[in-house]
Amino acid sequence: MTETTGKTGAAAQFEELPDAPPRRRLQLSWTGKLGVCVVVFWAAIVVAGPTIAPYHEADILDEALFVVPGSDNPYPDTDYQPPSRVVYLGSDYLGRDTLSRTLFGARTTIGISLASTLLAYLVGVTLGIAAAVGGATLDTVLSRINDAFLSMPTIMLGLVVIAAIGSTIPILIMLTGLIYATSVFRIARALGLDVMVSDFVEAARVRGEGLWWIITREILPNVAMPMATDFGLRFVYVILFISSLSFLGLGVQPPQSDWGSMVRENLSGLPYGSIAPLVPALAIATLTIAINLIVDDVSAHAGGKLARRMI
Amino acid sequence: MPALLEIDRLKIDARGDDDGLTPIVKGVSFSVKRGEVVALIGESGSGKTTIALSALGYAKPGLEFTGGEVRLDGRDVISMPPNEQRALRGRRVAYLAQSAAATFNPALTIGEQVTESPVLHGQLSREQADLRAEELYRALELPDPDRLGKRYPHQVSGGQLQRLMAAMALCGKPDLLILDEPTTALDVTTQIEVLKAFKSVIRQEGSAAIYVTHDLSVVAQIADHIVVLYAGDVQEHGTADKVINRPSHDYTRRLMAAVRPPPAAGQGDESSDAHERDAPALEVRSVTAGYGKGRNGAPSLKVLRDINVAVQRGHTVGVIGESGCGKSTLARVMSGLLPASEGEVLLDGDRLQPSLHQRDRGELQKVQFVFQMADTALNPRQRIDHILGRPIEFYLGLKGAEKRKRIGELLHMVELPPEFAGRYPEELSGGQKQRVNLARALAASPEVLLCDEVISALDTIVGANVIELLKRLRKQTGVSFVFISHDLSTIASFADEIVVLYAGRVVEQGPTDRVLSPPYHPYTRLLISSVPELRIGWLEEAMETQEAKAGIDRVVKLTEIGCPFFDRCPLAVEGTCDREDPPIRRLGEGHAIECHRSEREFMH
Repeated sequence: MTETTGKTGAAAQFEELPDAPPRRRLQLSWTGKLGVCVVVFWAAIVVAGPTIAPYHEADILDEALFVVPGSDNPYPDTDYQPPSRVVYLGSDYLGRDTLSRTLFGARTTIGISLASTLLAYLVGVTLGIAAAVGGATLDTVLSRINDAFLSMPTIMLGLVVIAAIGSTIPILIMLTGLIYATSVFRIARALGLDVMVSDFVEAARVRGEGLWWIITREILPNVAMPMATDFGLRFVYVILFISSLSFLGLGVQPPQSDWGSMVRENLSGLPYGSIAPLVPALAIATLTIAINLIVDDVSAHAGGKLARRMI
Repeated sequence: MPALLEIDRLKIDARGDDDGLTPIVKGVSFSVKRGEVVALIGESGSGKTTIALSALGYAKPGLEFTGGEVRLDGRDVISMPPNEQRALRGRRVAYLAQSAAATFNPALTIGEQVTESPVLHGQLSREQADLRAEELYRALELPDPDRLGKRYPHQVSGGQLQRLMAAMALCGKPDLLILDEPTTALDVTTQIEVLKAFKSVIRQEGSAAIYVTHDLSVVAQIADHIVVLYAGDVQEHGTADKVINRPSHDYTRRLMAAVRPPPAAGQGDESSDAHERDAPALEVRSVTAGYGKGRNGAPSLKVLRDINVAVQRGHTVGVIGESGCGKSTLARVMSGLLPASEGEVLLDGDRLQPSLHQRDRGELQKVQFVFQMADTALNPRQRIDHILGRPIEFYLGLKGAEKRKRIGELLHMVELPPEFAGRYPEELSGGQKQRVNLARALAASPEVLLCDEVISALDTIVGANVIELLKRLRKQTGVSFVFISHDLSTIASFADEIVVLYAGRVVEQGPTDRVLSPPYHPYTRLLISSVPELRIGWLEEAMETQEAKAGIDRVVKLTEIGCPFFDRCPLAVEGTCDREDPPIRRLGEGHAIECHRSEREFMH
């Protein structure tokens, strides 16, 4: 029979409830492991980048360093130098070391993106869940305001705000966070509404549980997994958004380095065969692809359980 | 004549995560001749659907054919190339799933969907298919057959949709029909309507059928041969007459025992009156409730109209009625989930606030709600000990070791081993989840337990076990029960009092023995006569009663005035029943019938 009726009769056994077995852990595929390696690598660069960088990000290298091979004469200029022992990844349009700028730039790019994504989640999830549990009026008001923001193109919105109040790193983080909070809001609200009408939430309401308990114990654990999947994707969008703002000259301001602005500054080097714009572009690509590989595994883990339940 | 379908030592295995094989079907053999209905019967997990699907050459994802043959007219369908299998499906073998509502596309007309398969397979032209569909609507006794094809699925009733699914399957004149629990989710009155239509259409068409179900009384009405399955093995195989009247296998007898006898007086346990006090544990007085907001605070859709029900201490009140009669709404009003728009709810004689937000914790503790679907009522992200621990902590204030001790007691009470404390709901079977669901309600040490269709989603044997458990709990704890079900047999064996609800009105109520013996309200009579009996030939007899002729194949309609049962009642008086609210006739011992007809008239 499918029904297991435990015949453990003795009252003495009540005293000891056995400890819970551990939950099944997330299993990563080899692509997921590769993703983790790349992300860990960049995380290490964020921490140690400035210390291991050969030069400072703002240093314009001395002409004396570059010597024409086979003679003692220095090069006439220092910009767009090819990789050499002096500059491992070449120099940029002002003669700064690309490697150092990429290492320094990891901190700004990843730091700003992470802070913005976290802010987007804080605002989006809070308001989204509030809209889901707070009743029809609150939901309508929040959703319509959100729709209004969603209807504006993100880059245009960014351009207008930055043009009006200037570009500093805190403003950049706030702006990006709020822009992306709109899409997080929609997802959090949709997932929250779904869980809100389930029987176990109703059971908690009949029990007399307060709103705080229902949100933290019944709703959030059930929306966490799909939200985590979305977090990875959203983080990637934010990196690309900040990079495109910087590319337009509205993001991180010189001489601070940032991957997006590095691509823009050095674009004119492409015709000369310089790799200066390619290095930061590659950095952006590896990080975003790596995060997506991890996201794939996380969602497969969540989805796999769902599939098993359906068979 | 050779058999149409021969299943020969069929073996099907499930491939697990670790690539190991678990046998699901262990060498099953039987055959189906033309014009014959073979029933596959067993509880969930017995492999009955898996075997039925193999006739299509199909195995669900994760399952593999590992031995034996399934021969249709002598050809093995398992080893057929996929394009031949495709040609076979829907054309020679048709499959009818359990839920018609989920099968029909709401955006297409009924006619388009019924005729889709034969037109697609090029068997019939569009015109021929339309004619054929109309012929089938007639054979299935569907209303308005000329124009039915132009309507949309939401415009017909659930029972009609179920019959339309049979029309869809039969449209291409298949040789073999597979019916997978086609009546399990239906009300008794709808079930006989559908069964009768299926039976006559199968006879008329002369097609063979495999009927998959866990319900022996249904099988007795429709099958020629019965195959009893348990854990992927054939336990017993024979003609319907032999299996039902002279079962030889132990497991068949167990299945028969789990079929509850037809509802009649005298099946209930005598409940002790020791608990009884003056004030009822829970009472609803002249309650009107519904959904939506209409003018001056009244609901725009009134589901309950002027309801009076009292639950005595330690007693069990069974609430019965078809779907759409307001049974769950009544429980929601009692629990405060749905505030009543008029009338009041009393607990121990004290008035309760209508909405649960205004009730205090002590009041909430005394009335606990057990939800219908244990699958959705338990938070999948909480461990069983957290699920059970929360009400203990919340209402009783117990913590730490005391709480864990109580969790252990609760698990013991619902007959689950203590290891289950550390598991998550998804690791439990349906019956086990329902036990946890019950234990959570009991954790609050309530005085009244509201059970909403708690065994409807479970199969016969598991359901019977849960009922036994409830009976024991009632004895141990002295809790009062409000037991909602559409299954009269369950209520007859469990409730002390019965409330018969029809379209939001109490049409009859009283002690179980009084309600289940004459005089009956015409609706009660219809419900009683619709419960299938484990006896061949019952269906034909049941369809001949005047209640069945008047009441079957109609839907529940909510009315504002008069008797709501008017349009289905064989005794209805035009001009009176549809215009005036019926008087309540009190027949002593708390037995009351709400009807314009006098006691003598509904004795007959």
